[in-house]
Amino acid sequence: MSSRNGKSAAPDQQLTLKDFANRVKSSWCPGCGDFGVLTALKQALVELGIAPHQAAVISGIGCGSKIVDYMRVNGFMTLHGRPLAVATGVKLANPDLHVIVVNGDGDGYGIGGNHFLHTARRNPDITHVVENNQIYALTKGQYSPTSDRGFKTSTSPDGAAEFPVNPLLIALAAGATFVARSFAGEPKHLAQMIAAGIRHRGYALIDVLQPCVTFNKINTYEWYAERIYRVDDDGAYDPSDFAQAWRTASLWGERIPIGIIFQRDDVPPYDEHVPALKRGPVVHRPFDIVDEERFASLKRAYT
Amino acid sequence: MALTDLSITIGGDAGQGVESSGSTLSLASMRSGWNVFSIQDYRSRIRGGHNFYQIRIASRPIRSHSDPAHLLLALTKESVDIHWDNLVEGAAVLYDDSLRIDAAAIEGRGLLALPMPLTEIATRHGNRVMTNTAAIGAGAGILGLSLERLLEVVKERFASKGEKLTQANLAVAEEAYQMAVSRYRGSYRYSLHDKAPPRRPAPRSAEGPMLISGNEAFALGAAAGGCRFVAAYPMTPATTIFEWMVRKEKELGIVTKHAEDEIAAICMAIGAGYAGARALVPTSGGGFSLMVEALGMAGMTEVPVVVVDVQRGGPSTGLPTRTEQADLLFVLHASQGEFPRIVLAPGTHEEYFEAGWRSLTLAERYQCPVIVLADQFLAASLCTLPWDAFRYDEIVRDRGELLDAEDLDQLGKDEYRRYRITPSGISPRALPGHPNAVYTVVTDEHDEEGHITEAIDNRVHMMAKRMRKLDQAQREMRGPKRYGPEKADLTLICWGSTVGPVVESLPLLEQGGVRANALHFTDLWPFPAEASLKALAGAQRTIAVEQNYTGQFARLLRMCTGHVVTDSLHKFDGRPFSPQQIAEACLREVAAHV
Repeated sequence: MSSRNGKSAAPDQQLTLKDFANRVKSSWCPGCGDFGVLTALKQALVELGIAPHQAAVISGIGCGSKIVDYMRVNGFMTLHGRPLAVATGVKLANPDLHVIVVNGDGDGYGIGGNHFLHTARRNPDITHVVENNQIYALTKGQYSPTSDRGFKTSTSPDGAAEFPVNPLLIALAAGATFVARSFAGEPKHLAQMIAAGIRHRGYALIDVLQPCVTFNKINTYEWYAERIYRVDDDGAYDPSDFAQAWRTASLWGERIPIGIIFQRDDVPPYDEHVPALKRGPVVHRPFDIVDEERFASLKRAYT
Repeated sequence: MALTDLSITIGGDAGQGVESSGSTLSLASMRSGWNVFSIQDYRSRIRGGHNFYQIRIASRPIRSHSDPAHLLLALTKESVDIHWDNLVEGAAVLYDDSLRIDAAAIEGRGLLALPMPLTEIATRHGNRVMTNTAAIGAGAGILGLSLERLLEVVKERFASKGEKLTQANLAVAEEAYQMAVSRYRGSYRYSLHDKAPPRRPAPRSAEGPMLISGNEAFALGAAAGGCRFVAAYPMTPATTIFEWMVRKEKELGIVTKHAEDEIAAICMAIGAGYAGARALVPTSGGGFSLMVEALGMAGMTEVPVVVVDVQRGGPSTGLPTRTEQADLLFVLHASQGEFPRIVLAPGTHEEYFEAGWRSLTLAERYQCPVIVLADQFLAASLCTLPWDAFRYDEIVRDRGELLDAEDLDQLGKDEYRRYRITPSGISPRALPGHPNAVYTVVTDEHDEEGHITEAIDNRVHMMAKRMRKLDQAQREMRGPKRYGPEKADLTLICWGSTVGPVVESLPLLEQGGVRANALHFTDLWPFPAEASLKALAGAQRTIAVEQNYTGQFARLLRMCTGHVVTDSLHKFDGRPFSPQQIAEACLREVAAHV
């Protein structure tokens, strides 16, 4: 992995988790699934040899989005629901950066639902990790877009009446080229999924099932552990088979699949379609592209 | 010799090619040696409904349209009724002889009825659609524009549509021109046939005069100013800025992104700005409304971004294709909390060009959002400018305190502080990508390293640091520009695009016996209070001329300087002020107070 921005990590430089550590004390509750995501993300970057200055981690607002404050990495904690849009701007201005979005289910599938849909069909080379705990935790426990029907919270006292969002199906329907799910209780699997998502050329969704130990007393570690299974346990699973991926993504309840549900490698990422990027990142293009001569030619169009 | 100053109105239904006819005739007029100012008046629909185009032709440089019309090219019968009151004595009405237009009524008012077989000429050489080409050919013949220049412009306009269509249109234009000359030359009193234009008629030339719209001038300025990223959601009347950038993407290396909504557009631009690209978001008031939360993000995270709000008639969907200046106090206060922002309101085509590069430079220099308040009137109007109106050597592309790779190489690991507290409030910026400048940006209150904190001391210092940037910015904000005599009985106060009609109203006021001047404000925030007070010191009676209901600029002026305008002239019908309207209203006002 290289960067055109100044120094880059020497190829033989051995990155460790420590390179991504800072001294900020986390405000997450003990046992929170966010810790698993933080560790897995660092692990994935170490494995891929991506140094802190070569990545940009963009988050939204919510407990999990504070991840950028707890990592030594280029980080941008944006607005509630908007990290995919900010990340798209970062990627299109400087495609040399490995752009990773981390946000929660409310941020990603609720208020940011429009950007989720359009980013999935746009296919920029962005990895999108959604910490899906089926609840709004930072605001102390309201139902979220992924809460199951009947889920009782302070804003759904009689139980949620809406059907939950199935993010995998939405991503598939929108044309996403990489759709995966993992579980915060299986950090190794999670790190593998994130690494596979970063390696994927294009938009990669990793929906991460994770308990909120404080506000979600239903979808606990045990609840998930009893239900999840790995799609690749069955040696016959082919992630490039869209029909099979669609059926698998539909599963929820008694059996919940994790792993790479769908992946196709035949769609170039969005940034490759951008004419202005043909000659490298625009952040490195000098201003004098418009020199005196070109300036005159631009004016001439109006004579 | 009397100065030439006449106006042509082209009226027709949406879909009849009123806009293309207008711009073709405008360009032919300029190439014939005249100064031109053109506006279009259209509705938010693709087919049907009356549209018109006004072209003013003058021997001196002009900055506004003008009400009295000297020639009407009527593509429909309805056009005659609609524009009837503006036609001055001796004006001509040129129309297709198949339209049931009452020539006697026209003649009876001292006007000239000029029926012509426009559709017949069009169908003989091509088809009915070319009737508008016949109308502009005939119009140019009546006016006495250069046939050679007209045909050259028609040829350029149809170049992309194939040889057959081009030849047919040329034949239509030429026959209509010749017929108009042979039938009516000598009977039209405003004819330019024997008048010398201020410049010699000439074909497109390397350093000839330009005919350009406000939006085009702004886009050209921004591109020359190093714009590297433009994201937008289409919204009239800002779309043409975005389309200009898209057309130039390959040539100039500007990333353009048509986003899913305006929230995405500004967030993408902020992402690009954070990464180090000069980023721009064109929109109108409705789109700006959606961007408000992200504007605060740019302020809090100190990411440079430029938003151009091409104002149209509000509120809500309002008057989508019309003009207004009613977003001023909104953009000054948009988004929660307090953060530094800069607001510019260019008023002339030259100022639109300058705002293109200047906004990008100010955004990087002060690491804050810059809002450019444009409006439909100037955005869509065409004006003749001399070649040197836009000068390359005047463009400033200063990136402010930006550390480059060499600077950063000197630093130790994690020594860099993105939000270092400095006397100016400006913290040297490093772009993500260097190993010695790994930092976090958050929208929460943060410390010098960018980490979230709610500590009291930090909050106080960080807030003061951000706001302090405006002290320096204010020193480079310009006070009002004065037009007209230094000493006057009446001072017209204006901002943004009203300057053209206001300045053109000054001689009309003089004719009415009132000695007036004008103060035009372009740099609205941080408000240049001292310079404004100085400029206002000698003013007697002041009248604020604004295209809004509540007198937003007068309120701002009072808030920042204590100056209370004597009177206000407000217009909120979506149509731009004309010089005549301003002069008449001011004369009434003065008469009422004698």
